Amino acid sequence: MDWSWLPEYSDKLISGFWLTIQLLVICSTLGFLLSVPVGLVQVTGPKPLAMLARSFCTVVRGTPLLIQLWLIYYGVGELFPKIDGIRDSFMWPLLRAAFPYAILAFTLSVAGYVGEVMRGAFAGVPKGELEAARAMGMSSIKVLWRIWLPRAVQNVFPTLAGEVVLTLKATPLAATITIYELFGRSTEVRQDTFLVYEPLLLVAGIYILLTGLIVTLFGWLENRIPKPSMA
Amino acid sequence: MKHLKSLLAVAVFAAGFGMSAASADIKLGLDSAPYPPFADVDASGKRTGFEIELGNAICEAMGETCVWTPIAWDGIIPALNSKKIDAIFASMSITAKRMKVINFSDKYYNTPAALVAPKSSSFDGSADSVKGKIVAVQVSTTHSDYAKKYFADSASEVKTYQAFDEHNNDLVAGRVDAVVGDSLAFADFLGSDAGKKFEIKALLNDEAVFGKGVGVGLRKSDEDLRGKFNAAIAKVLSDGTYDNIAKKYFDFDIYGK
Repeated sequence: MDWSWLPEYSDKLISGFWLTIQLLVICSTLGFLLSVPVGLVQVTGPKPLAMLARSFCTVVRGTPLLIQLWLIYYGVGELFPKIDGIRDSFMWPLLRAAFPYAILAFTLSVAGYVGEVMRGAFAGVPKGELEAARAMGMSSIKVLWRIWLPRAVQNVFPTLAGEVVLTLKATPLAATITIYELFGRSTEVRQDTFLVYEPLLLVAGIYILLTGLIVTLFGWLENRIPKPSMA
Repeated sequence: MKHLKSLLAVAVFAAGFGMSAASADIKLGLDSAPYPPFADVDASGKRTGFEIELGNAICEAMGETCVWTPIAWDGIIPALNSKKIDAIFASMSITAKRMKVINFSDKYYNTPAALVAPKSSSFDGSADSVKGKIVAVQVSTTHSDYAKKYFADSASEVKTYQAFDEHNNDLVAGRVDAVVGDSLAFADFLGSDAGKKFEIKALLNDEAVFGKGVGVGLRKSDEDLRGKFNAAIAKVLSDGTYDNIAKKYFDFDIYGK
């Protein structure tokens, strides 16, 4: 084992680590927020919206994330030269960067997978509880906010932790569109030093630690929310 | 005596093994991504290109059978050292950095590196001209070393891509302002519809970075094979085979100085 490269590349690896964390936190959060309506409309309707949400989940879950990422990044990139004046627009610095495309692709992916989980979660909340809430005079929004959503999330909390872990392990794909996150940085080390195992083992270890951290965090949160009383 | 016998047995076995290895096919590793006009695949799935033809000619001159084995570029040196392939025949420049882990045959061609950018831009290859711009390179190439050495301080970013055609795509899309790569490898791109708004703005030279040219990458332990390759390269150069192949692809002296 040769670890002599570590001091030279530590700065790059740390910056890659933070990029991974950014991708994970932003995409998990935005993806979850988007998954709530995606799951909800499939239970409540109206029908056209439910169909739309269902097709969205099917497309996202039915195609490889790498293809989605490349369609969004290189596909959109193909359109740019056809739009006049786009390079002078104030949006250009954002449009030409790779990071927003990765955020978009990963967020949609999370929304697709978690949307399906949330559909099941919403459908799984006992009707009686919702009817009771309505009978108390709660508005639909209030029922959703106070009863339906918390009960749904409570039921699928461990699954959500699993989805975050899966998202973490999807982030290395960003390296294929020039975002040098943790895995991308290890690739750089591999290509500079021609070492294979050491850099890969190092980042594998970091991913395991991060996974452990996510599982612990969700476990802690799970203990803090009151258990559903199955009376 | 017993020791001597077993030693002899090992030696005989090793010799037999060595012979069978010599008569086996030589696996020539090439980049799995196309790199025209050096290595490409035509519509019928046949390998074509200057390097493919030259590689075949060199193998013929050695009296060996060669098998082309595509490997992802970023794993090509590990593939050689782990014996998945026996030689790298993939436009790999001979550099001091690579010489630390593998060996090279004599060069079989040498072309300058180029900076390609929109015709309307004002790049001239100097560090000043890339100020505030985004320069793209392919990962693990001498071009990437050059960009890091000369442009990293002045450019707003040196972006690293996994493949040659990927940074060309992003040059067309305007996501990067200039690309540094091999002057010849750009020929196809510049001749295409997408590439017609771009041109070679400057040729870049630095022997410390780009090395002596392109050679066959070989394992350090394979001195014999190196000798064979060198002899074969010298043979195709002297008997006119090299020129005949080169003429088909280039209108200048690709062998270089």
